[in-house]
Amino acid sequence: MSENDKYRIKQLSIFSENRPNRLGAVAKVLKEGKINILGFSIAEGAGYGVIRVLVDNPVTARDLLTKEGFVVKFTEVLAIQMQDTPGGLFDLTDQMKDINIEYGYGYRSPPYAVLIVRVEDIEKGIESLLAGGLRLLDNVNFH
Amino acid sequence: MDVWNPHIERLPKAQLEALQLRLLKMQTRRMWELSPFYHERMRSAGVMPGDIKTLVDAKRLPFMTKKDLRDGYPNKLMMRDRGNLLRYHASSGTTGKATIVGYTKNDLENWSESLARAMTSFGLGKNDVIQVANTYGLFSGGLGFHYATEKLGATVIPASTGNTDRQLDLICDLEVTAMAATPSYLMYLGEVAEKRGIDIRKDTKLRYGLLGGEPWSDKMRDRIYEKMGIRGINCFGASELSGPMFMECAEQDGIHFWGDLALLEIVDPDTGEPLEPGQKGEMVVTMLQKEAFPIMRYRMGDITSIMEEPCPCGRAHPRITRIQGRVDDMIIIRGINVFPSQVEHSLMQHSELGNEFQLVVDRKGHLDTMLVRAELKPEAFTDNIIELNALRERISNRLKNVLNVSAKVELVQPGTLPRFEGKAKRVMDRREY
Ligand SMILES: [Zn+2]
Repeated sequence: MSENDKYRIKQLSIFSENRPNRLGAVAKVLKEGKINILGFSIAEGAGYGVIRVLVDNPVTARDLLTKEGFVVKFTEVLAIQMQDTPGGLFDLTDQMKDINIEYGYGYRSPPYAVLIVRVEDIEKGIESLLAGGLRLLDNVNFH
Repeated sequence: MDVWNPHIERLPKAQLEALQLRLLKMQTRRMWELSPFYHERMRSAGVMPGDIKTLVDAKRLPFMTKKDLRDGYPNKLMMRDRGNLLRYHASSGTTGKATIVGYTKNDLENWSESLARAMTSFGLGKNDVIQVANTYGLFSGGLGFHYATEKLGATVIPASTGNTDRQLDLICDLEVTAMAATPSYLMYLGEVAEKRGIDIRKDTKLRYGLLGGEPWSDKMRDRIYEKMGIRGINCFGASELSGPMFMECAEQDGIHFWGDLALLEIVDPDTGEPLEPGQKGEMVVTMLQKEAFPIMRYRMGDITSIMEEPCPCGRAHPRITRIQGRVDDMIIIRGINVFPSQVEHSLMQHSELGNEFQLVVDRKGHLDTMLVRAELKPEAFTDNIIELNALRERISNRLKNVLNVSAKVELVQPGTLPRFEGKAKRVMDRREY
């Protein structure tokens, strides 16, 4: 265990085939399980996609979705706090230039905004972002 | 209308049948004497060459199926040694292994002879320019028509497939009069011509389409004629027989099977019992003169019936109606035979996929498309889209290598494809002919 492990956030990655309203089907399961969605994004593949969701109760969410036949995986991501003002993202980018980011998405969480990133090497990523003076959100904020 | 080989083509029925019996006796004797495979088959069936005394006795001979060809890979069914072989062709087999067909000089001669008779029977001759837009290579469709055209004395343009603009240029500039192709490709060519402002009827001399390699209908024939003024001549063949072999005469009412080359039977697909003329059933073919790769009562898998009444063209050689279906689940896509078992075999090589799959065949415009849907195993799922795309690419490349026809691959969630009790129905063919 490293003390940095608290920055690792469990994101749900859900395989989504090319059928209408797959997102609706996922949202329905989460609603019925009284799971709160904190942020999400959809990635398009060739004829299928991956729905990425941050929820307040990832283990229960995974179990419910799996029971409904979805293919679900946990992926560890990092949450970077940014200023909810013009230039908020720009202020981060300089500190992030040395990390290899696979994907990212953002959402507002007043008074801040949050940038979620999936990095190639998460341990190194955490170290490098912290060293750059960025503020990472603790996973207790999520789960 | 000219006749290519009057001596054979004008034989009255009784004499044709006498010739068939004589050839069948000789052929079964050669198979018995030269081939351990056929010898053993006939012995197990309790029949010796001497037992063939009338044509009806043919039904005592054992059947052959596609499985025999697969088990015989590559040379077990070849009845001549390498010194006498002039060529090989190959067609894709049912589970990935190809079927190899060898040809002696006489085999190649008879193949060209068969098509030369057919082409003459609907009016082609040495003044024609015939563009062969079938695939050249291992597939027998290209070279078959190529050498037959030369034997006929007509001019051949070995265009092979693809590059439709160039095909059109050749048709216009070299005054092509006939084209061998799949019917859907000819329709496609018609569309490209239209876009380029070429009126096939007025601006070209193209009048005949030698069409086969995929199922089609009289409705499509009418559309081709209305649109381009091209008469579509129905052609039947299979690599097991040599390649494309038999066509309609000018009457365009059934395909003539040259009786001196092939003995045709129609059997009940379930019992294997011969059916009465006119009844619909599975086509069974014995090639009477093939040397290198003879076939004995080969079950073609095609459903058709024999038309007994004499053809107004005067030929007593039996005719078959349009192919009305298959006894197995083989499908034909852009002229290529595809068996779901091949797809299954290919998909099985990917540990990331489950056991279920579905094949969806469609016709977009005039071109056939094939979609393969396969279930992704949960443990193979990754959040990384690039890896998933790469997996899909690998699956698609392997399919293309095995099938010789490209397929779009769709990965689906496990448990979503239909499950079957008993015989699986994995093919969804949405094409309309
Ligand atoms: Zn005729």
